[in-house]
Amino acid sequence: MSLDAAISRAPAPAILPGSGGLRGAFSDLFWRRPKFLLALMLLPPLLWLGIVYIGSLIALLLQSFFSIDEFSGLINRQFTLKTYGDLFQPANLDIILRTVTMAALVTFASAVIAFPIAYYAARYARGRWKALFYLGVMLPLWSSYLVKIYAWKLILAKEGILTWLLAKLNLLWLLDAWLSLPIVGGNSLSVSFTGTFIVFVYVWLPFMILPVQAALERVPGNLVEASSDLGASPGQTFRNVLFPLALPGIVAGSIFTFSLTLGDYIIPQIIGTSRLFIGQAVYSQQGTAGNIPLAAAFTVVPIVIMGFYLWGAKRMGAFDAL
Amino acid sequence: MTSAVSFNQVSRHFGSVRAVDAVDLEIVPGEFFAMLGPSGSGKTTCLRLIAGFEQPTAGSISIFGERAEGVPPYRRNVNTVFQDYALFPHLNVLDNVAYGLMVKGVGKAERLKAAEEALSLVRLPGYGARRPGQLSGGQRQRVALARALVNQPKVLLLDEPLGALDLKLRENMQEELKSLQKALGITFVFVTHDQGEALSMADRVAVFNDGRIMQVGTPEDIYQRPNTRFVADFVGSSNVLPPDFVQRFSGQHRWGSLRPESIRVSSAASGDGVAARLIGTNYLGATTRLALDADGLRLHAVVPAGMALPAEGEAVMLTFNRESLHLMDEPA
Repeated sequence: MSLDAAISRAPAPAILPGSGGLRGAFSDLFWRRPKFLLALMLLPPLLWLGIVYIGSLIALLLQSFFSIDEFSGLINRQFTLKTYGDLFQPANLDIILRTVTMAALVTFASAVIAFPIAYYAARYARGRWKALFYLGVMLPLWSSYLVKIYAWKLILAKEGILTWLLAKLNLLWLLDAWLSLPIVGGNSLSVSFTGTFIVFVYVWLPFMILPVQAALERVPGNLVEASSDLGASPGQTFRNVLFPLALPGIVAGSIFTFSLTLGDYIIPQIIGTSRLFIGQAVYSQQGTAGNIPLAAAFTVVPIVIMGFYLWGAKRMGAFDAL
Repeated sequence: MTSAVSFNQVSRHFGSVRAVDAVDLEIVPGEFFAMLGPSGSGKTTCLRLIAGFEQPTAGSISIFGERAEGVPPYRRNVNTVFQDYALFPHLNVLDNVAYGLMVKGVGKAERLKAAEEALSLVRLPGYGARRPGQLSGGQRQRVALARALVNQPKVLLLDEPLGALDLKLRENMQEELKSLQKALGITFVFVTHDQGEALSMADRVAVFNDGRIMQVGTPEDIYQRPNTRFVADFVGSSNVLPPDFVQRFSGQHRWGSLRPESIRVSSAASGDGVAARLIGTNYLGATTRLALDADGLRLHAVVPAGMALPAEGEAVMLTFNRESLHLMDEPA
């Protein structure tokens, strides 16, 4: 039988029959009510986010309004601001200031180092070079965080490769001069704040590069040309066009670097001085000291700081170009 | 008189691609100059060479008598209206227009006043507070124009600025650009692939193909007296006639060009002329375009609408005035 004959005998219907069965019924239902499908897809993650994630955060917040009985070591479940008052004791305030300063410096240094790399990747790298860029940025993230930190401890140690290299270059005096400085110095880089800083920047740098690169990627190349065409020198183009348009990316990256530094307790424990950072304070308060309320109050500090930071960034117009 | 823009044997090669190949060009101060050609013909690269975004591989460029090779875009008193406008998304319209003055260090009050005036010039007064994203395509186009004009450039470059607009708006903008250019007396260099646009707006047109200029002349020159098959075909889709055919009418063995509107079509019985067959009609409103087959040679004729036409497939007789047959320079 020819195809022609088949068609003339049974003309094709204008409406095709449904595929039938439960699957067919669901397909039709989802098509007719797309919001139902959306709700179904969002339900599990929203439950996770709402109950497990936000819920535990609220539980933590509540803990911070309790206090600890200093004699019995038991938690007194009465609303009080006393624990928050404890944060302002000189020792605790030092911890907060030290951590915030470190986080700010790490963020600033990451942004300065990340920008040229991200700029190159977004505007010049193509094909194989772009793949190499992503590999180069992501590769360090594939290896264990602890391994990297211990590797850095060896690099920065007095017997380490950095000291050896500087000695070969006859620049040891420079390192010694730096290490003899107060606060940033120490016996060797691996037991100084400078070492902590270097390792923080190393570990968090990818989290700055990627969002900045994504932001720069969205800046059309002809905006740079237009700026130049209108008489702006490269420096002016950077200040007036590139930087403002990359700012959302820099802010996104700085949220990572800033909050990750605020919360980290492993790097300063392995590399640096014996002075505590917020993360270490939380760790010791909820662990050995058993002071859960104070630990909770310490964790609220980064949340509040990030809140102010985002508010300030928004007021500065960091998200205007989004 | 010094030329506004002068190209002397300018080439721009990208690897093995000769985007612009040994181009000579003189643009007269105050004229509206169009660069016309298909995409990839080198016209935009020429514009970018004037703007300074590209540097010539060989040859020399001067702008108002001053050598421009190696001079960065920001030191050229030349401004560009970009194809997709390239307005700064993070600045409002007024700051966009004032940008050029801002980077030159003009005080805030003065530059905003100048920007407001430039917006009035393009008939967008009071739009300063909006963001580029809130404007329509036609409005963005005007903002881009104001942003360039506020700097009072020696040469204004326009890179297919009307390409993204719909037909009606495009026709309005053509008239407006033309009158603006007349009023301001600034040299306009306009890149387009639309021959109608080039013919209707420009004082002179350069037709580009394969990185070379095929012909430079007034729109009338280009349209009536194309010098090559390419120009005849590209500008107004002329009938390109092979040398053997041309010889029958002019006695010269050369390529010829015959405008579709110069061909008269009558029914086959009457008089002498070129015998042909009507193979298709295309209704265009004011005119009708006829596709004809004259013994294997495909021809087009344009006749006024409403004229009685033979049926498709019928034999017809084609006649034309000898003087409307233009002989081209291109060797046979």
